[in-house]
This record gives sequence, structure tokens and C-alpha cells, in this order.
Amino acid sequence: MTQGHPGGHGLDGLYVAGDSPVHRMAPEVKIAATVAYVFAVVATPREALWAFGGHAALLAGAVGLAGLPPALVLRRLRIEVPFLLFAAFMPFTGAGPRVDVLGLSLSEPGLWSAWNIVAKGTLGVTASIVLATTTPVADLLRGLDRLHVPRVITAIAGFMVRYLGIVAGEGRRMHVARQSRGYDPRWLWQARGIAASAGTLFVRSYERGERVYLAMLSRGYDGTMPALEGRRASASGWWPVAFPLAAWALAAAALVAA
Amino acid sequence: MTGPGGVPAVAVRDVGFAYPDGRVALEGVDLEVQPGERVAVLGPNGAGKSTLVLHLNGIFQAQRGEVVIGGLPVVKRNLAEVRRRVGIVFQDPDDQLFMPTVHDDVAFGPSQAGHRDADLAGRVADALEAVGMADRRDAAPHHLSFGQRRRVAIATVLATEPDVLVLDEPTANLDPAARRELTEVLASLAVTLLVVTHDLPYALETCERAVVLDAGRIVADGPTADLLGDGDLLAAHRLYLPLGFDPGRARAQTSRETSASTSWCSNAST
Repeated sequence: MTQGHPGGHGLDGLYVAGDSPVHRMAPEVKIAATVAYVFAVVATPREALWAFGGHAALLAGAVGLAGLPPALVLRRLRIEVPFLLFAAFMPFTGAGPRVDVLGLSLSEPGLWSAWNIVAKGTLGVTASIVLATTTPVADLLRGLDRLHVPRVITAIAGFMVRYLGIVAGEGRRMHVARQSRGYDPRWLWQARGIAASAGTLFVRSYERGERVYLAMLSRGYDGTMPALEGRRASASGWWPVAFPLAAWALAAAALVAA
Repeated sequence: MTGPGGVPAVAVRDVGFAYPDGRVALEGVDLEVQPGERVAVLGPNGAGKSTLVLHLNGIFQAQRGEVVIGGLPVVKRNLAEVRRRVGIVFQDPDDQLFMPTVHDDVAFGPSQAGHRDADLAGRVADALEAVGMADRRDAAPHHLSFGQRRRVAIATVLATEPDVLVLDEPTANLDPAARRELTEVLASLAVTLLVVTHDLPYALETCERAVVLDAGRIVADGPTADLLGDGDLLAAHRLYLPLGFDPGRARAQTSRETSASTSWCSNAST
């Protein structure tokens, strides 16, 4: 939520403007390539360390092509931390044969499970970071639309993106109004105040939904959302699928070797 | 503009309406607006102004009387055409702008009406040009200032090339500069205009004719300057001019200014 205009609230997602080849790719190509890449990573057997090296190299290539500062990518990777904490317990709690590492007795299957989560999680999250950082939210919706995701889904996602910021803004104003009248509930026995505010916010959002619907009807809405306009990827614009294809080749080789 | 000579752009005849909870909003409203006229609908809060607006494009169907838009009665089978002819700009632009980008939002109306490709692109470009927002077509609505969102909301309606443009409280929450820009946009449009407001100076700036709606009835109808000059009439219907505002002098001043200045934005929607 950057670039706030007075009175303007909304979601900008994680997009960072730029003019790299990755920024210029059609959104449907980027979405398809990201999903295909993640599946390839997940399908790779965890013992094939060399294959994960290849996956990571492919991804590093994409990050470089997108011109993303590594510090930014690392900062955004923090979202993964809670999952890594979970993984960190596995070598201690796992069953099976034990190995000694630095004087600690660790479970071997537990270590493999932890590696599996850390490697696949990090690669998957990084791939999504590349997608989200190089694609504005509106373009993501266009891309999903062109990949034939049902329009009711993209419409709901679009309304959420459009109105979440506005509802959050209303919530903030109500919070300020509450504080201004000397009431700042923060303990469990004050939950009534929070609940009442949440209820009011719900009713207001519901009413806004009605007004938006009236505005849609007034402009001839007949139950179908229009296609979102935008340049469609040409056949040659699909070259980035080479990334997930290479990842699938690695996964296949690793599966055969195993 | 609207059809054959003599047919009013908007004809509201003896329209009555009560909400399901029994509250009576309109008690026999009569209003005729000729093509090209600019009419302000004045009235205090709760007078029934917004209810009347929602009758003009058939969101509410008259429980009594009838509404006719350019010779076409507002009944169920005509709704699609009525909604193309009557463009309503609602009070809160955040209600009106619901698509991810300015362009998609302006394209919503015409694409619902079946316009595609170059035709659609042309309408969107013309509408954005008319409100001076052509350079923000790819912006997300929440990146615009309130005044800009108001102007885009007008463009979303202009894109369907309406015969009648209805604005519900267009100056609500606008700062003076944005209000000024809005006046210039409205002055440049060649459509029949209905401005619903309790902002009396604004009515005087934009509309030569005004009607006063109170308690569900039209209680006065005449040149805006005359109505605003009648202090007793205004006070009787909870309408007040800003302190020191002289409608006679303001009228003379605005007409001088409009004749002297050239419009800064092109006129796209006729």
C-alpha cells in the first residue's frame, strides 16, 4: 500500500514498477510459467540435490532477467519464516535412524523432510515473488481471465482488490473515532466494543455492495462481466515457458535416476 | 440528442413512491425537461431527490404515474435502452468505480451495450478526453484524488453517450479547485443535464433552470437566479445561501466568465 493519495485507499499488491523483459511479458504467460515451474519443483524427488541446484539456477536467471534487487527478494522471503520454523523441528522430532551433527543426535528422515520443505518452499515462494513483483494486480486479473479462469472468480477477486482498501480505511476511521471518544478496547473483556465495530463495518460494507450493484445496473449490467482489455500474448510471447520446461526436464531426469 | 421535435428529454408525470417500510418519498412529482436544458433539482436532505433520480433509469419503478425518457416509457422491456439514454453519476465515486483500472471502468458501460474493439476504444478515449483524464487511463481508482475519481465517474457514464446526464450531489466532498474543474467539464458537455444538489451557488453556476423538491413534491420551478433571489421560498424549504452570496451579482459574473474563457477540454459526447 504505497503512493497514498489523500482519501485514496487500496491494494497495490507487491508490484514494483520496472521495464525488464519479465515486466513486459504478458501476464497469462507469467502465471502459467510460474504455476508450471512450481509443479516441477514439487515433483522433483528430494534426494536429487543436483536437480534443486538446477531449479535454483533457473530461478536466479529469472530474478536477474527481471532486474530485481536480491535484497528485495530476500526481504519478501520472510513470509516463509513460520513454515521454516515448523521445518526446523522435524530433525529433532522425527523417527528412524539418527545421525550426529555437531554433537546433536538428529533423525535422518526428519532432516530429509526439513530439507524438502525448505528447498521446495523457498523455490516456490521466490517464483511467486518474481511474478507478483513484476505484474500489477490488474494485469494478474487479466492474465487469469485469459487463462479461462471463470469470470465470476476474477470478478470477485477484482472487487476484493478494489474494495478491501476502502473497507480497511473505514475501519481505521472508526478506530480513530472510538479512540477520540476515549475508548480504546484492547482486553478480552472489552471484546464487545470490537465486535460492535466489526458489525457496523459489515453492515456498511453490505450497504456499499448494494450501492455498487445499483451503479452497475445503471450502466446496463446484465449479469456478465466484460472481458478485461489488454494486449494478449502472441505465439512468440510464450517463450518464457522455456523456464518451466527446463525445470520439468530436471524433474523428469531426477525421477528416472531415482 | 433526443428524437423528434417536441418530445421532452425527460417527462416525469405524477410520480408517487413509498418505500417498503411505508415511508413516502415522492407524492406526485411532475417535471419536464427539454433536450439540451440544464436543470438543477434543489432540496434539503430527505426531500426525495435521490429517490427521484433512481426513477429516471428504472432502478425504482413508479408506483403511481409514469416516467418517459425521450418518448420511451420507463418500463421493464425498455430498461436496457433507458439506461443507455440516462447516465447517472452517483454521489460516491467509490461506488461507481468498481473495476481494477480507469480504462476498464469507463469501458464497462459501452461493453455491456455490446460495443467492441475500435468502437469501444474510441468511446473510452473520447469520454476520458472530455473530462481531462486521458493520461490516467491505466491508473487504479485508488491512486486518483477524490476530484479525479469524480471526473472519471462522469466519464464512465459519458462513454455510453447518454442523452441525459444526471448528477447526484456532484460537489459533495470536492475542494474548491476540483469543484471548479468539474464546472468546466460540465460546461463543455452538450447533453441534457440534471444536477441534483443542495449546493445553491453550484446550481446557479451550472443550470439556468431550477426546481425545488420538498417532501416529495416539486414546490417551485423557474430560472435559477429567480429562485435563489427569493429568500422566503428558500427558507420555507430549508435551503440557505452561503453568507454574503448575492445570486444576481454571481449570475452576471459567471456569464461574463463563461463567454470570455475557452473551454480547456474537448467536447466529445454528442
